[in-house]
Amino acid sequence: MSFSSLLIMRHEMLLLVLILLLIAGEIFIPKHKKSSLVHLAIFLFGIHTAVGFLPADTETLFGGSFRTNDMIHLFKNILNVGVLILLLQSADWITDKLIGAEKGTEFFILLFSSLLGMYFMISAGDFLMFYIGLELSTLPVAALVAFDAGKRKSSEAGVKMILSAALASGISLFGISLLYAATGSIYFDVMAISMTSSSLSILGFVLFFAGLGFKISLAPFHFWTADVYEGAPIPVASFLSVISKGAAVFILLILMFTVMRPLIDAWQNMLYAIAILTMTIGNIFALRQKNMKRFLAYSSIAQAGFILLGLIAGTQLGASSIIYFVLIYIFSNLAVFGVVQAISNKTGLEHMDDYNGFYRTNPMLSLIMLLGLFSLAGIPPAAGFFGKFFLYTAAASEGYYLLVFLAVVNVTISLYYYLIVLRAMFIRTNDHPIPYFKNSLYMRLGLALTVIGILAIGMYSPIYEYIHSISSLLN
Amino acid sequence: MDILSLFVVVPVITILALFLAKGLKQSRIVAMAGSLVQLAMAFHLVYAYVKERAINDDIMVFMRDVVWYEDFNIHYAIGVDGISVALITLTAIVVLAGVFISWMMEDLPKEFFVSLIVLATGVYGFFISIDLFTMFVFYEIAVIPMYLLIGIWGTGPKEHAAMKLTLMLMGASAVLLVGILGIYLNSNADGGPLTFNILEIAQVNIPFAAQQLFFPLTFIGFAVLGALFPFHTWSPDGHASAPTAVSMLHAGVLMKLGGYGVFRVAMFLLPEGAMDWSWFFIILSATGVIYGALGAVRQTDLKYINAYSSVSHLGMVLFALLMLNKTAWTGAILQSLSHGFMTALFFALIGMIYGRTKTRDIYKLGGLLKVIPFISVVYVIAGMASLGLPGFSGFTAEMNIFVGAFQHTDMFHRVATIVSISAIVVTAVYILRVIGLMLMGPVKSEFKDLPKVRWYEVTGILLLLIPITALGVAPLWISDLIMESIKPFIQGVIQ
Repeated sequence: MSFSSLLIMRHEMLLLVLILLLIAGEIFIPKHKKSSLVHLAIFLFGIHTAVGFLPADTETLFGGSFRTNDMIHLFKNILNVGVLILLLQSADWITDKLIGAEKGTEFFILLFSSLLGMYFMISAGDFLMFYIGLELSTLPVAALVAFDAGKRKSSEAGVKMILSAALASGISLFGISLLYAATGSIYFDVMAISMTSSSLSILGFVLFFAGLGFKISLAPFHFWTADVYEGAPIPVASFLSVISKGAAVFILLILMFTVMRPLIDAWQNMLYAIAILTMTIGNIFALRQKNMKRFLAYSSIAQAGFILLGLIAGTQLGASSIIYFVLIYIFSNLAVFGVVQAISNKTGLEHMDDYNGFYRTNPMLSLIMLLGLFSLAGIPPAAGFFGKFFLYTAAASEGYYLLVFLAVVNVTISLYYYLIVLRAMFIRTNDHPIPYFKNSLYMRLGLALTVIGILAIGMYSPIYEYIHSISSLLN
Repeated sequence: MDILSLFVVVPVITILALFLAKGLKQSRIVAMAGSLVQLAMAFHLVYAYVKERAINDDIMVFMRDVVWYEDFNIHYAIGVDGISVALITLTAIVVLAGVFISWMMEDLPKEFFVSLIVLATGVYGFFISIDLFTMFVFYEIAVIPMYLLIGIWGTGPKEHAAMKLTLMLMGASAVLLVGILGIYLNSNADGGPLTFNILEIAQVNIPFAAQQLFFPLTFIGFAVLGALFPFHTWSPDGHASAPTAVSMLHAGVLMKLGGYGVFRVAMFLLPEGAMDWSWFFIILSATGVIYGALGAVRQTDLKYINAYSSVSHLGMVLFALLMLNKTAWTGAILQSLSHGFMTALFFALIGMIYGRTKTRDIYKLGGLLKVIPFISVVYVIAGMASLGLPGFSGFTAEMNIFVGAFQHTDMFHRVATIVSISAIVVTAVYILRVIGLMLMGPVKSEFKDLPKVRWYEVTGILLLLIPITALGVAPLWISDLIMESIKPFIQGVIQ
């Protein structure tokens, strides 16, 4: 293994070094200075994110188990940016709640390990690497979910998460073994050639899909979502709904468009039903939620349904609009989660009614919330509109007009519950509104980045054009 | 910077300036300055347009085209013809009048004016766009501020009204989106590239099956904003709860987007679909015309009366558009303009009356003519214009519409036309009833001394009153401006 092959894995290597450095920091930094660990972690991760943007080669390692190209590189960079914003937003929470309890380093290590797992999952060239990545990305999150060990709900959520995750990955693994039986290989490239539309491979695919469907929380694999989000600390819920889901969508995209391509007739029909089911269930359950975290859980289920519109199309346009949508979704959802977290950090309030009259005391945060929710609801000029529009175009250009119609009906329903949050903040009045508070520099930076992202990604077309040009690598 | 893009840039600058402003006094000055500049620009645009039209025969003038999303062939493409110029001028006038009417907006003034101008930006952008995508973006930008405008500054069951209005309009725009996608994905029917550009799509023969499928989607998508029966229910509730300036802008300008879109997109791009479906929508719009008028008779709240009257008048716009001939279309555009000024004026006056008497119930009011003569006299004038008295804008418009409608000689059109015409009689009933109950009669004791009319109110009123009279007295100049631009559109339909 030469030095240049290390460069190909630089995302993974750097992150591993980062984790090791943090362990060293945990050992050598004296107890009363532990809060500097937060600065260190964010600083190092910032460097890691920046380095990731350096150009990369197209290369495979370990006999094809690990591969990388510009597209995979882009996926990792998107995830990095998301995690960076997430870290900025949760810096206060970590400093206040975790450092004192001596759990700060663990948080970072678990979070970064999960991210490392996602890297491997995305870069996988065979199902073995994929499965290792999948497990590595899921297990640490279960620990993170239970991080509020003092709270029963958090521990309960952790157990729920690990049990459902284990079941999902077990089913997925069974599916993979059936696919192996059908094709005689676990290498994606070989499988793509030898895959035929036999009932065995379709059964294998369906079982395999269940595992990823769990991570993306597609209906009917979504049941864990709301409970886990509610129990988990907000940064972890945010990580689950943004980063974890994004990574799973990326790998699903790769697999569906390459390995599973021969089964396209089967999975288009299946996804059609799942898309409608996911959008509708997510929306209908979101309508009545009053807890912000549960609310966002269902909202993110509904959003996942839209992603399927691009998958169903099965075209390059579909692929690029999915990547674009996920990028936008990361920024929009982080904006919303950021505001929820800012409020929760200062006041501990997470109920929607507590937000009544919030605009009059904290106009800036309310406006960020407005922008984030508009982006999720797909209202211009926020980027979410462009993301959704391109997804519709991708589906409609393959003739799925009815599906697009059902999707836009769902968008209108979703607008209702997004407006309910805005109604609380802007329209309703409150005798005791949440008083004005000032956010830390990290939080402000984290929110500012999301705002810039939401405004720029839609209006500035070269971003989409770059994604579009790179998505040709899928074929 | 070209002359048209300024209509988007100036409002945006105004919005940014508003963010720096503090308190009511600064906010309203900034908003007024911005709207004044827009009005000046609108007048300049009319002048420049007339000059350009003399030497330029294109369908659209002052065109500009910048590629936005290359892969989808989405452009920022703009251009205007006589119709858009007229509607832009309408918008500029109503926005300025709205700012004057909101001169005393005490609660969150900055946010109010920001939302108002965001709405105006969307409307301007919509009228100058000739690219379906850009047009749709501006359409949504124009609609969404209504939620906050009604929700925060409204009265009565404002939360409910705001939610209902927003969801119905956004639901309609969702339907519209499918229609637009359908048009876009069929724009390569003649072998060319996919395009969103309206003028390019108009050259393409979209297959009949596609036209048949997407015309109703596009039509309904736009027409809900034009209060098409039975999708008009958002309008009375929304108007009744909205603050004065918002009702003005919404009924005066925003609802015109519906008719304009039907004309510019649905009918221009899908002419065969329009022919095929016209009977169905004629029934709906004629029902709307008569239903709105009868509804107005039954109401006792001034704002509801006016809102139902808008349903009736705008039903007439849709009805005229569905007649698919030049005279009726000229009438439709004139009616849009006339209704825009008139209804804005009505809502302004209602706002003033409500601000003084604290009631909008016509049975509780009475004898206002003696107490607040200026407002009352203008109310009578607006009423006369509304029922189509010769000498005011409404007459020319309705005359054109019904002359155009009678050009169809078959039974179906005749019946529909007669039903619609009968609404004029009903209009007279509800207008005169309001005038009789509210303005005439003895002065009620609680209204003995109402505050005098203020300068900013007079300015707002005059801004709207002058065009109404001008349109009525000299209609030919404006109808020439419009007729010229209707030609290329009607040719597409006749072929």
